[in-house]
Amino acid sequence: MADSFSNNNEMSGRRKFLVAATSVAGGIASAAIATPFLLSMMPSERAKAAGAPVEVDISKLEPGMLLMVEWRGKVVWVLNRTSEMLETLVKVEGELADPNSEKKQQPEYAKNRTRSIKPQILVTEGVCTHLGCSPVFRKEIAPADLGPDWMGGFFCPCHGSKFDLAGRVYKSVPAPSNMVVPPHTYLSDDRLLIGSESEGSA
Amino acid sequence: MSKQNSMIEWIDKRFPLTSNWKAHLSEYYAPKNFNFWYYFGSLALLVLVNQLITGIFLTMNYKPDASMAFASVEYIMRDVDYGWLIRYMHSTGASMFFVVVYLHMFRGMMYGSYRKPRELLWLVGMAIFFVLMSLAFTGYILPWGQMSYWGAQVIVSMFGAIPVVGETLQQWLLGDFTLSDAALNRFFAYHVVTLPVILVTLVFVHVLALHEVGSNNPDGVEIKANKNPKTNIPVDGIPFHPYYTVKDIVGVVVFLIVFCGIIFFAPEMGGYFLEYNNFIPANTLQTPDHIAPVWYFTPYYSMLRAVTVNFLWVDAKLWGVILMAGSVVIFCFLPWLDRSPVKSIRYKGPYFKIALTLFVISFFVLGWLGTKSPTPLYTLLAQIFTVIYFAFFILMPWYSKIDKTKPEPKRVKE
Amino acid sequence: MIPFSVFAAESGVMLDKAPIDTTDNASLQRGAESFVSYCLTCHGASYMRYNRHRDIGFSNEQILNKLVYTGQKVGDLMQSAMRKKEGEEWFGVVPPDLSVIARSRGADWLYSYLRAFYRDDSTVTGWNNLVFDRAAMPHVLYQLQGEQRLTIKSGDKGEQKSLLLDKTGNMTVAEYDKFVGDLVNYLVYLGEPHANNRKSIGLMVIAFLIGMLILSYALKREYWKDIH
Repeated sequence: MADSFSNNNEMSGRRKFLVAATSVAGGIASAAIATPFLLSMMPSERAKAAGAPVEVDISKLEPGMLLMVEWRGKVVWVLNRTSEMLETLVKVEGELADPNSEKKQQPEYAKNRTRSIKPQILVTEGVCTHLGCSPVFRKEIAPADLGPDWMGGFFCPCHGSKFDLAGRVYKSVPAPSNMVVPPHTYLSDDRLLIGSESEGSA
Repeated sequence: MSKQNSMIEWIDKRFPLTSNWKAHLSEYYAPKNFNFWYYFGSLALLVLVNQLITGIFLTMNYKPDASMAFASVEYIMRDVDYGWLIRYMHSTGASMFFVVVYLHMFRGMMYGSYRKPRELLWLVGMAIFFVLMSLAFTGYILPWGQMSYWGAQVIVSMFGAIPVVGETLQQWLLGDFTLSDAALNRFFAYHVVTLPVILVTLVFVHVLALHEVGSNNPDGVEIKANKNPKTNIPVDGIPFHPYYTVKDIVGVVVFLIVFCGIIFFAPEMGGYFLEYNNFIPANTLQTPDHIAPVWYFTPYYSMLRAVTVNFLWVDAKLWGVILMAGSVVIFCFLPWLDRSPVKSIRYKGPYFKIALTLFVISFFVLGWLGTKSPTPLYTLLAQIFTVIYFAFFILMPWYSKIDKTKPEPKRVKE
Repeated sequence: MIPFSVFAAESGVMLDKAPIDTTDNASLQRGAESFVSYCLTCHGASYMRYNRHRDIGFSNEQILNKLVYTGQKVGDLMQSAMRKKEGEEWFGVVPPDLSVIARSRGADWLYSYLRAFYRDDSTVTGWNNLVFDRAAMPHVLYQLQGEQRLTIKSGDKGEQKSLLLDKTGNMTVAEYDKFVGDLVNYLVYLGEPHANNRKSIGLMVIAFLIGMLILSYALKREYWKDIH
């Protein structure tokens, strides 16, 4: 296409310059007009509002019970772990891919063995890090289908990934990393805020 | 250089790229005397592209549901990032489409662009105009405001005026006994799929037809009749690309300044582009005090209202509908109504000039009247100007024939 | 004493010019607070989110403290506290949503309307309005404005209607006018929260296009040297 401009063999310097300058200006204009269109496809104010932090009352959450909360359209698990459950976390460490949570799948305050602020309360997105299915909570020890070594944890029915009771991924499963711990904080002993680390943005 | 050439060669063996580029741009010869009026064809194309792109993005957030449509438009205006810009580009584009198309049509009327051999080109253009009107109508319903609702109600009720089948036809169009969610949903389908596909196809045919017969020009000279015997190139022709591409870019930028001026500083355009009453959600029980169509339909709307008496076994309502439809359809007959020996207004005589001036005045007056509530005086004015409007066409075979014309030149003037 | 008057000629009511300046954040903030306390109980602004008020200089905390009453979240829409059915029972009509009221009615109409209530015992609510005859809405702001009375004088140019302040309210006339001015200013903002943003982007776009015009015109002249 550029040929027909240059067909005119003696294209003067001025002509060359003007063609280049107009093309550049046209390019800038196209980029500028494309921007709002592309931005309009980002999450809208409504989506952001729906993604606002969620407050959860955990006073009625018995030990061993799992609570499912929706945040940004995703399921977030709140698990009240018994002391037996917490003990299993040490036992399984040898079989885990990332027992010390080196990969940034959690906020700094949850980078510990229990992957939580309070040791017994686990807050994690119930989303498998493989392809986004929601794993199943399997707290029973050594069930027939999961084998005698199963100490309780989360099992993903889609592709068989396994996680322990702190959402840490086992070795040799499709999922590459531990489950994500969302930002959260405690407004009081029983009031958990998911999605934010400060009260003000509630 | 050679890499680019070999690539083009590869494509050319599989797709007529270079030959089309030459046929339609670099070796398409257009008369060199195009003036101001010749910008509006390319501008119409620009607005079409604008409507297609902004329209696609609007459908991403719009909900064609009577209970959600109005709120979804406000959602676009507030909650979607830059949704307001996209919506204003689309609503302003709709009005500007008519601005450029009306000027484009007026150009054709001034310079006789509908005359032989361009009759088919003109007819395809008229088809485009009908589709454009349907698009505007179906699009205006979508925000589901008071004007959307009652404007559509009036237009759809016109079908009820057709004898015998009218009522059934009306129900068939609405999919209900009244204008409702069913109609909104199907008009949305027409607006975003059916009509745009037809429009784009017709525009393609329009350009093909144009490039077959070649462009007319302000002198009405057929440049193809006078070719350089050596090169076989019209002596009064210049390649469309680069000469008219660079010229049209200037036209596009001037147009964009006006277009953006409206979008960013006066998107309602004083209530003409976005009517105030359309910021009230549709209320099926209450008609607004004053309803008027959007400005581009007001001339025809005036004619619809102008007939107040039954006449020749046909009642006033049906006459109104007939006149309104006729006022648009009659443009199709222009190629055969014009009996003048010359094409362009430059060489036509005073009768044509007076007739065209009166026609333009009546178009504007009828348009203005269409925005007003009818009073006895206004209705009388509408009747007078409706007669003038139609007289322009109906008397054309007579006054164009007896008019004193000047001889057409052999070559275009610089 | 004629505090202000609205003249009704045959052609209709003359509207007073509303003092609109949507760049005046202080006025908009006052208007927003008045809107929430006086209007939002019956009317919704259900296309508007509370957190959008950051546009007019409020922080999230301020929005929560000054605007959100009903335990809603900062990202929620400004729904009315009243249910639609109740509205219909109380007023005969559902009070209209006010999100885009300034775009349909216009600022001047609203400014005049909110100052044109008068006592009228013949209506259900005991109030009538010179701008909107038999408005379903009672005079919600009468404690602020006081009570007005309609007087009709017949002169050479037909009937002349004017309003007189019968009982003073908590505000002086000037204070009340300013109060309504702020409220209407806010309603104009509410109608199109992006309007200021739109205009400032517009200036840049037009400036760019003018540059583009100079460039493309030079290019056109350069090529058309071949023809002329």
